[in-house]
Amino acid sequence: MSYRSPEELSAKAKELIVEYVDKCDSLKPKERTQIPAQEMPTQDPFIRRTNLQEVAIGFSEEQAQIEAMRCLQCIKKNCVMDCPVNIDIPGFVNKIAHGDFEGAAQIIKQTTLLPAICGRVCPQETQCQLHCAVGRALKDVEKSVAIGRLERFIADWERKSGKRALPIIKPSTGKKVAVVGSGPAGLVVAADCKREGHHVTIFEAFHKLGGVLRYGIPEFRLPNDIIDHEIETLLQMGVEIKTNFVVGRTRKLIDLIEKDKYDAVFVGTGAGLPIFMGIEGENLVGVFSANEYLTRANLMRAFEKEKADTPIISSKKVAVLGGGNVAMDSARMAKRLGAEEVYVIYRRTEHEMPARKEEVAHAKEEGIEFRFLENAKRIIGDEHGCVTGIESVRFELGEPDESGRRRPIEIKNSEFIVEVDTVIVAIGNGSNPLISQTTPQIQVNKWGNVLVDATQKTSLDKVFAGGDIVLGAATVILAMGEGRRAAASINDMLAQQIESERALKNSYAL
Amino acid sequence: MNKIIYKEQLSKDVFLMRIDAPLIAEERQPGQFIILQTDDDYGERIPLTIADANIEEGSITIIFQVVGKTTTALSMMKTGDYLPAFVGPLGKPTHIKNFGHVVCVAGGIGAAPMHPIAEALKKAGNRVTIIIGSRTKDLLILENKMKNIADELIICTDDGSYGRRALVTEPLKELCERMEKPDMVIAIGPPVMMKFCSLTTKPYNVFTQVSLNTIMVDGTGMCGGCRVSINNETKFVCVDGPEFDGHQVDFDNMIARLNSYKNIEGQKQKCFVEKTFKAKEVVL
Repeated sequence: MSYRSPEELSAKAKELIVEYVDKCDSLKPKERTQIPAQEMPTQDPFIRRTNLQEVAIGFSEEQAQIEAMRCLQCIKKNCVMDCPVNIDIPGFVNKIAHGDFEGAAQIIKQTTLLPAICGRVCPQETQCQLHCAVGRALKDVEKSVAIGRLERFIADWERKSGKRALPIIKPSTGKKVAVVGSGPAGLVVAADCKREGHHVTIFEAFHKLGGVLRYGIPEFRLPNDIIDHEIETLLQMGVEIKTNFVVGRTRKLIDLIEKDKYDAVFVGTGAGLPIFMGIEGENLVGVFSANEYLTRANLMRAFEKEKADTPIISSKKVAVLGGGNVAMDSARMAKRLGAEEVYVIYRRTEHEMPARKEEVAHAKEEGIEFRFLENAKRIIGDEHGCVTGIESVRFELGEPDESGRRRPIEIKNSEFIVEVDTVIVAIGNGSNPLISQTTPQIQVNKWGNVLVDATQKTSLDKVFAGGDIVLGAATVILAMGEGRRAAASINDMLAQQIESERALKNSYAL
Repeated sequence: MNKIIYKEQLSKDVFLMRIDAPLIAEERQPGQFIILQTDDDYGERIPLTIADANIEEGSITIIFQVVGKTTTALSMMKTGDYLPAFVGPLGKPTHIKNFGHVVCVAGGIGAAPMHPIAEALKKAGNRVTIIIGSRTKDLLILENKMKNIADELIICTDDGSYGRRALVTEPLKELCERMEKPDMVIAIGPPVMMKFCSLTTKPYNVFTQVSLNTIMVDGTGMCGGCRVSINNETKFVCVDGPEFDGHQVDFDNMIARLNSYKNIEGQKQKCFVEKTFKAKEVVL
C-alpha cells in the first residue's frame, strides 16, 4: 500500500463526513460495515527514521467521527469483555460518532486514567478488537473498529484542550499506601487509592517516573510529554512522589510497614531483568541487552548526542536478536541513531512473531531487514574484545511446542557469518529480583515472579503486587488491570480497618 | 535532592564530599555504593563507593577522582549546592567476619572504598595489614585514617617520592611468601592493579577479593551494562557484586568493556571544560 500523507487522509475524511454526519443514528448495520475504515496518518517513513517524533500522528476529528460510525453498538459487547479493564467502549465510541468528544472523555476516564498511553501501546488486535463484529463481518480483524485509535484520539483531544478532568477525591482517611514502582501498574494503584482518600507515596528507583513507559518504549511510539501529563494529574491529585528511592536497598520493604507505618504496600517493580542467550561472546564490547540500549537512548536521552552525557554506541551494522515489541523498538531506535543496516534475527517466521503487526510494518517501512529462520550461535570479536560479527545458523519449523507455535529446529552445518558491530539481545525479560531477595517473606515462583492470589495479595500481610513482577514481561494494559484489582483489594482492606477502628472507638465511647 | 554539606580537596584531582542522605546513612554497609547525577535531565548516572557514613549527621561521604565530565562537574559544585539525583545504598555489602589475618591492598583512589571495609574487619577482630600505593606522594590519600586501623601499614609510591619505591604487588608477594600466609587479601583500585594483585596471590592460593568498578546505568540489575565474566559465568556487578573472587574474574574483558566509550567521553569532558572556562572568562 503506498504512503498517503496526513493531509491527504484528512482531506478525504472531510469530504466523506458530509455524506454521513446527518445519518449518524439511522445508518443500518450493513451500511456501517461499508463505511471505509480510516487509515492512521503517519510520518513519512523516510523522514521519520531520522527523528524521534511520533510515527503515528493520530486521527483528525473527521476521521475519528467516521471511524466511530462504523461501530454497530452490539448488544453483546465482546469488546468490553476482552478489554483487561472493561472500558465502556460502545459508550465512548457512540459519543465520538456524535461529535461529543467531551462526553467520550468522561466515559473513558471513569475506567482508565491512562487512555493516551493505552490507545497507543495496547495490542488491541488481540484484545478489544479481536472479536469485533465489524471485523468478523468483513472477515479481517484489521478491519475491526479502530477502538485503540479512537481512545487515543479522545485522550489527545482532551490534553490539547487544556482541560484536565481531575477525579473526585474522597476525604482524607488517615491511611497510608506505599506504591513501589511508577510503571503502569503503580500509576493506576496510586490513582485508585488516592481517590479513596488515602495518602499515597510512589517510590521510584530511577530519577524519572514511568517505568517501562519511560525507559523502554521510545518517544516515537509514546512521547515523554504524554507520560509527564499523566503524572502531573497524579501530582495534582495529591500523590506524593519519591524518586531515587530503591525499596529493598534505601529502605527494606518490611520497614515501610513496621517503621514508616504504611498500612498497605503495592509492589509493581516490573520485568527489569534482562535475559541473555548464554552464548559465546555475549560479553564482548558492543553487545547490549535491549534494556540497556533502550534505557540509554530513551531515559538517559542518548539520542540527543550533543546534549546528553550518557553515551551510546555508534553503530554501522546492528543485529537485533528477538521477535517481540522490544526487538522492534530496539531495531527502530538503532536505525534512528544512524545505523546503516539493522537486521532483526528471529528463529521462527513472521507468522510466529509476537510483535504487533503494526510495529513490524512500521519497522519494514523504515528499512529494517528481517531475517527469519536464523539465530545467533555465537558472537565474534576482534583482539580488542569488540564485536565484529555473529555466527548464525539456519532453522526450519517442526511440530508445535508448549506455546502452540511451531518448534524451530536447527539445520546442521548451516553456519554462516553476518558482519555486525553491535548486537542487541531482545529475547525477553524476567522479574527484577531485588524485592524478593531483600524481603524473604515474599514468595516467588521458580522464575522469580511474585506469587499472588486472585485479589493480588502476596504471601506477606498488607503487601500486594501486580504487573510484570507477577506476570513476567507482559503488556501495559495487563499491568493496569492487575493494578486496578490490587487497588480495589487495598481499598477494601483499608475500609474494613477503618470500620473496625470506628466500631472500637464507639464501643469505648459507650 | 541531596545537599552537599562539606567539600574538601584531597589532592590535585581527588575530592571528598559529605552529602546529606539520612536514609542511605542508616542503611548502608561497607562495600556498598551510590549512583548520582549532577543533572537529572541530560546527566550521566555514575557509581561511587560510599567511603563513610555518619548516622547522627545523616550524611554519607564520597571520595572521587576527576576522570570525566560528571566528576569534573561534581568537583566544581560547592557546599550548599544540591545534587538532583543521589540513590543508594546499592550492591551487596562486604562479607565481614573474623577471617584471621587480612591484607588490604588499596591502589590510588581505591583507598576510599577500602577504608570502611578495613575498619569493619578490624572491629570484627581481624589482624589487618594495609598496603596503600599511588603513583606519587601527592596522590596518596587517607594515610592517617589507615594508620589508625592497620596493625601494619605499608606505603608505596611508583616514583619513590614517599614510602617504599615499589608497586603494591611487591610487598603483597612478600607477605604471601611468609611462613604464615595471610588468610585473605582484599584488593581495590584500578582494574589493572586488581588484576595483578590477583595474579600475584594465585600461586600462593590466598583467597583474593576485588571490588569491580564497571560502567553502570541503573545500578539495580535491570540493564546488564555492568556485567562481567566470573569463571565463565555472567554476573552483574551492581547486584551480584561489586565484590568477587579475583582469581575468577576475566579482567581483560572487564577492562575492554570499561573502555567502551573512551573516545566519546574524552570529547564530552573536553567540551565541558572548555565551555565552563569560556563562561568564566566572560564573567571576569
